[in-house]
Amino acid sequence: MASAFEYAPAPESRSVVDIAPSYGLFIDGEFTEAAGGKVFKTVSPSTEEVLSEVAQAGAEDVDRAVAAARRAFEKWSALPGAERAKYLFRIARIVQERSRELAVLETLDNGKPIRETRDADLPLVAAHFFYYAGWADKLDHAGYGRDPRPLGVAGQVIPWNFPLLMLAWKIAPALAAGNTVVLKPAETTPLSALFFADVCRQAGLPRGVVNILPGYGDAGAALVAHEGVDKVAFTGSTAVGKAIARQVAGTRKKVTLELGGKGANIVFDDAPLDQAVEGIVTGIFFNQGQVCCAGSRLLVQESVQDELLDALKRRLSTLRLGDPLDKNTDIGAINSAEQLARISALADTGEAEGAERWSPACELPSAGYWFAPTLFTGVTQAHTIARDEIFGPVLSVLTFRTPDEAVAKANNSQYGLSAGIWTEKGSRILAVASKLRAGVVWANTFNKFDPTSPFGGYKESGFGREGGRHGLEAYLDV
Amino acid sequence: MPHSATAFADVTASDSTLRRFLHGLPGVDAVGLEARAASLGTRSIKTTAKAYAIDLAISMIDLTTLEGADTPGKVRALAGKALNPDPTDRATPRTAAVCVYPDMVAAAKAVLAGSDVKVASVATAFPAGRAALDVKLADTRDAVAAGADEIDMVIDRGAFLAGDYLKVYEEIRAVKEASGAARLKVIFETGELSTYDNIRRASWLGMIAGADFIKTSTGKVGVNATPANTLLMLEAVRDFRAQTGVQVGVKPAGGIRTTKDAVKFLVLVNETAGEDWLDNHWFRFGASSLLNDLLMQRQKLATGRYSGPDYVTVD
Repeated sequence: MASAFEYAPAPESRSVVDIAPSYGLFIDGEFTEAAGGKVFKTVSPSTEEVLSEVAQAGAEDVDRAVAAARRAFEKWSALPGAERAKYLFRIARIVQERSRELAVLETLDNGKPIRETRDADLPLVAAHFFYYAGWADKLDHAGYGRDPRPLGVAGQVIPWNFPLLMLAWKIAPALAAGNTVVLKPAETTPLSALFFADVCRQAGLPRGVVNILPGYGDAGAALVAHEGVDKVAFTGSTAVGKAIARQVAGTRKKVTLELGGKGANIVFDDAPLDQAVEGIVTGIFFNQGQVCCAGSRLLVQESVQDELLDALKRRLSTLRLGDPLDKNTDIGAINSAEQLARISALADTGEAEGAERWSPACELPSAGYWFAPTLFTGVTQAHTIARDEIFGPVLSVLTFRTPDEAVAKANNSQYGLSAGIWTEKGSRILAVASKLRAGVVWANTFNKFDPTSPFGGYKESGFGREGGRHGLEAYLDV
Repeated sequence: MPHSATAFADVTASDSTLRRFLHGLPGVDAVGLEARAASLGTRSIKTTAKAYAIDLAISMIDLTTLEGADTPGKVRALAGKALNPDPTDRATPRTAAVCVYPDMVAAAKAVLAGSDVKVASVATAFPAGRAALDVKLADTRDAVAAGADEIDMVIDRGAFLAGDYLKVYEEIRAVKEASGAARLKVIFETGELSTYDNIRRASWLGMIAGADFIKTSTGKVGVNATPANTLLMLEAVRDFRAQTGVQVGVKPAGGIRTTKDAVKFLVLVNETAGEDWLDNHWFRFGASSLLNDLLMQRQKLATGRYSGPDYVTVD
C-alpha cells in the first residue's frame, strides 16, 4: 500500500542466533553423525540461502535412538511426577529466556514472519511446557484412575508449519506422563528441534529422554514401524496419516493423528463485521495459510456478501508481504518450493474450474518462495478449491442463505478439524456450534490456541486429542 | 443543512427511525476490536518513518489547557508554544490548534490571529454538558464571537444512555448552527458511554448530525482515548465517507502522553481510515503533555542523544 506514511525497514537482528554450519542427530544426549554419513541442507525459504547442513537419519539411527529412549524410559518413568515436572518447568523457562533467539531461528528456517514467531509460536511453546509440567505430579487426578502408567517410547513425527510448537505439543505431554521420546522434525525445518535438543541439555534432562532425528519421510516411516516404539504421534498430511494408520494397524501401538483440514469460517449477516474481517484474515493468512485448522472456506451469508467482501479486499490491501524478519511483515514466505508448487497448482485449478481469483496489488520478492494472499469468489461445493486442502494463503468464498444451509455446507467435507462462527447472537453460536462436526469451533474469533484446550479432528482430520487434560490420554496406558 | 443531514432525513425523521438505524449498525466484538488495536500497536516505526510520524503528530496537536486556574497569561504562553514549539529548531511544525475554555478564546486569539494555528474552544457546558440547551448555545456563540475557529462540544450522555437519541441529534444540530463557520468537534465521552456498541452508535449519530470531527473524550473522566475506541471511530469515519462521500475527522483526547502512544495512533489512522486522514485537517490529538515528549524525541532523532526536560519549554 503506497502511503505518505511509509514504514521504514525494521528488521529483527539476526545476530541473536548463532547457526552452526552443521548439525548432527541428537541421540542419547549427544549430537552424533548419521550412521550412513548422509547430510541434507536446510534453506531459508525467504531467500533460498543455505542455513546449515544437517545429518540425515536413516533406519540404523532410528534403531539407536529408540534403544536410547528405551534405556532412559526405566528411570524417567520411575521418577516421581514432581521431579519430572521440575525438568519441564526448567525447559519452559529456558524457552522463555531464549525466546528471541528461537523466534529468529524459526523465522529463518520456516519463512514465517517474526511477528508470529515472537507473539504466537514462542509464547505458546513455553505455555505448553508450563501447562504439562503442572500435570506431571497430578496424573492421579486426570480421570484415568490411580497412578496411570506411561506407554513407553513415543515415536513422534511433526510438520514444518509450526516446527517448535508442534514439538512442544508432542514432547510436553509425553514427558509429563513419563514416556521418553524419539522425534523426527520435518526435513525443511530441522533447526529449532536441534536447538531444543540444546535446551534439553541446558535443563539437565537425563540422556535419552528426548532424541531428535532430522530426516526425510523414510526416517519417519522407520520410526513409526519400529518394534520398540509403543506410541505413534503424527501431525501432517492426511495421505501420510492414512499410511501410518495402515502400518500400525494390528500392532500394540497406540496412535494419534492430527491431519488436514478445510475449516469453514461462517459469517452470518448479524456478525460484528469489522472483527469478522480480522478473523477471516487471521483464519487464512496466519502463517501464510499453512495451518491445518485454517479457515480456508469462507461461508458468508448472501445478504452481507458484498459488504463483507469489499471490506475484506480493502483489508487485504493493507497486508505487508516481505522480509519475514521485518517486524512489520504480515505475510512471510511459503515454506518450500514443493509447497509453493502445490499451492500454485491448486489455485490454477480454481481458476480453470471457473472461480474468480483476486489478489491485492503486491510485489513478490524475486528470490525465495512467495505466494500473494489470494481469494476466490464464486466458489461452490463442487470446486476442487472448496474440497481439497490447499495449505496456503488461498481463501475460497462460498455463500449460504440460512443457518441450516451454512451447517450443511460446513459439514460437507472429508475433513472436520476447525470451524468459526461469526454472529452477535449468542443463541445462534450455541445452536450452530452443536451441529458442526469439527474438533474446534471458534466463536467470533479464529486460530486462537491455548494449551488447556484439547485440539483434534473429526473424520479425515484425524483422531486423538492434543492439549488439555485430554492430551494426556494419548500418552497413558488407559 | 449539511449534506449528510439531507442524506439521512429518513433516519432522523423520528426517535424510532433513528433508534432502528443506530441499533442496526453492525455490532462490535470487544475482544476482537481490542486485539486488532493491540496488534497494530506492535508496528515498529523507525528512522525515517519515525521522523515523519513525530512531525505529523506535532502538527496534529490541539494544545490544550482546560483548568479552573487558567488565566490570560497562561493561555498566551501556551499559544506562544503552539506557534513556536521548539525555539532551538524553527523548522519544527506548529501545532494544529490551541484548545481553551470560551472565556480564554480572546486571549488565545490575540496571540494566534493571522497564524495558521487555530483556536479551539470547548463549549456546551463542558465537560459534563449538564445545562439547558439555551445555555449551551449561548456558550457556543460566546466562543465563536470571541474568535474561536473550532468548537469542541460535549453530547448529552444522559440523554444518549436513556435512549433519547433524537434529543442528542437535535442538540448537535443546534450547536452546529450556532457554531457558524467554526468547525464542530463532537465529544462523546466514550468512557461514560462505556460499550463499544454505544461508541459506534454515537459516532454515526454525530456524523449524521453534521459533526466535522468526532472526538473521544473530555480528558476529565477515568477512561479517555484508547487505541480501541479510536480504532472504532476511525472505522466509523471510513464507513461514513464510503456511504455518503462526506469526510469527518477524528480526535482522540486525554491520556496520550508519549511519542510511542502517538505513533501507535497514527498507525491506526494509516491502516484503518487511510492516508487521507493523515493530515491535521482530519486528525487531531487532544493533549497537553504530549508535545514536549514529541519534541524531545524529535531532538533525539536529529542529534542522536536525549536532551532532557530542561531543553524543551514549559508553558
